[in-house]
Amino acid sequence: MNDMRIVERTVDTKEIKISARNCQVYYGDTHAIKDVDVDIEDKTVTAFIGPSGCGKSTFLRCLNRMNDTIDICRVEGEILLDGEDIYDTQVDPVQLRAKVGMVFQKPNPFPKSIYDNIAYGPRIHGLAKNKADLDEIVEKSLRRGAIWNEVKDRLHSPGTGLSGGQQQRLCIARAVATEPEVLLMDEPCSALDPIATAQVEELIDELRSNYSVVIVTHSMQQAARVSQKTAFFHLGNLVEFGETGHIFTNPSDPRTESYITGRIG
Amino acid sequence: MTDATANPSSTSPHSGSLLEQDPLTKKRNASEARFKAYGLIAVCLGILALVVLVVSILNNGLGSFQQTFIRLDVELTEAKLDKNGNRLLADIKKVSTFGYAPLIKTAMEKKLDDLGIEIEGLSEKDAAALISKDGPAQMRNRVIADPDLIGQTVSFDFLANGRVDGYLKGRVSMESAELDSNISPQQLMLADALREEGSLIKRFNWGFITAPDASENRPEASGLGVAILGSLYMMIVVLLLALPIGVASSIYLEEFAPTNRLTDLIEVNISNLAAVPSIVFGILGLAIFINFAGLPQSAPIVGGLVLTLMTLPTIIIATRASLKAVPPSIRDAALGVGASKMQSVFHHVLPLAAPGILTGTIIGLAQALGETAPLLLIGMVAFVREYPDAPPEGFFDPASALPVQVYNWTQRADPAFVERASGAIIVLLIFLVIMNAIAITLRRRFERRW
Repeated sequence: MNDMRIVERTVDTKEIKISARNCQVYYGDTHAIKDVDVDIEDKTVTAFIGPSGCGKSTFLRCLNRMNDTIDICRVEGEILLDGEDIYDTQVDPVQLRAKVGMVFQKPNPFPKSIYDNIAYGPRIHGLAKNKADLDEIVEKSLRRGAIWNEVKDRLHSPGTGLSGGQQQRLCIARAVATEPEVLLMDEPCSALDPIATAQVEELIDELRSNYSVVIVTHSMQQAARVSQKTAFFHLGNLVEFGETGHIFTNPSDPRTESYITGRIG
Repeated sequence: MTDATANPSSTSPHSGSLLEQDPLTKKRNASEARFKAYGLIAVCLGILALVVLVVSILNNGLGSFQQTFIRLDVELTEAKLDKNGNRLLADIKKVSTFGYAPLIKTAMEKKLDDLGIEIEGLSEKDAAALISKDGPAQMRNRVIADPDLIGQTVSFDFLANGRVDGYLKGRVSMESAELDSNISPQQLMLADALREEGSLIKRFNWGFITAPDASENRPEASGLGVAILGSLYMMIVVLLLALPIGVASSIYLEEFAPTNRLTDLIEVNISNLAAVPSIVFGILGLAIFINFAGLPQSAPIVGGLVLTLMTLPTIIIATRASLKAVPPSIRDAALGVGASKMQSVFHHVLPLAAPGILTGTIIGLAQALGETAPLLLIGMVAFVREYPDAPPEGFFDPASALPVQVYNWTQRADPAFVERASGAIIVLLIFLVIMNAIAITLRRRFERRW
């Protein structure tokens, strides 16, 4: 890894997309996330790193209220998306999730055709007026997912028949198809081989120009490669948050340093 | 490294040759072989029992699909059947089957004269008794359907008496006829003579499948028509009620209901309901649907409602199991692209669970089809000769059901009903096999991998 490159990377000050203040998450009696304050910028890749069970995925799932599906999960504090509290009682999580798309750890295409996988989101959100519109959205999304050339001749074959890396890019294309503003990725490369990982990482870098991307990863190299901002979680606390180059070269907290040098985690 | 290589082989627990089994391995292998043998024996015993069952049923019951008929030319004399001679249907209907019986007797006498058959000790009445007591009714029905036949000589294929039928199928012999007040050896001799001449024939018996039940002393005329219709109507009611209610409630319980005391209680009770003896559901049906709601007795609607109660737990359990089997990643994926809970369930989860749901439903239906006990309590055991109307009115007409018909026939005295009951079991089994085959085909066709 060329670490020097990371150090030299500069980040312009950008608009804040999501800001969490004093966020607490409980699973029943377990206090899983403690006092997390974080500002996620627009058109930036933000990486969440930390040892297993530190709460980074939990926090990620709070950002589009996927935790609502877990009965015993309780979120306190404030998470603002464009200044609006997403946990306000008036917010419908379905509308929120259309704005904040998500890609999961394991590629999970629907057992339908590639076309239907992409078209499903636009269909239920009424983004396409007619068939031609929908075709266009599908093509655009697949191109953004960097998978168009591989699947353009078999749009109607099942999405589950693709390779793991292709499936994951299909899932990214599916998430992109609903025109979200934020894209959450929960360890998107953990089930992929190095070549597919490289393709997905390249894709994430491209997506940065349009979206605010939040990625959870176990691989510090990956965080260093793709992100501009990094947040280090440990035991439910946000230990350190800052520019990626800074975190990896000059961490201010001893826990961060121990983690990135491999002493804890 | 040097320590490891220096480790003397004599102290290793695995020092023996690989080509030779040590005592522990031998013991393990022997117990595995024993276990496999037990399994094989159990399977063989099961198959043997099944074969014995099927063979005995087929042996007893296949005969009911064949029936003996006697062909006779009967002169439909106008003087007896239509005294006024104006062919008014109302007048013709006034002549009961008793009016037709003498015609058969005459025709039989004529037949014997023509053929020159003379058997000692055989009265004319005995000769006519070769024909089923249902014969006059057969004739009357045909005349009422076509009054122009009056005055002509018409050839009828009459059902032969149950004993004569039994004689051709080997159930009745000359020796047993000696002791039987219902048939005499002379009558059997006449049957032999008629068979040689060709007017006594055995052929496939559509009547067994289409005809309604018949009374105690005319087993040859009895059939499964009303029972099959009744069972069909009940299955329609069960399918229309149990499938939507069962699937909807399992979707609610599995996907939407919060987990708390109440849902736990419901869950436990559904599992318990599946184990409740079916006759209890019969009592429930009697109390609620007949005594309280005032629905008619013996009606397929009541039977269907009772069987719905009985089938619901089966369908709910099967549906919940197949909903549980859909990987949560599919739900996440749907929610992740902004589908609502209901959209994720109906667009993604339900189609994936459908094969399991269908299989569960069909197995539940098959179970309901074979159920007897609850139907006895709601009066479906009654003797029903009238076909129920077409649905929906037919749901409220009295009808019988296949398993109840079997139960009914096994209780009757005439040995010919044993054959009929076995035949009815064969029909029931055929329906069950068809339903299970449909379940398997549906599962194979729609099963998806992910």
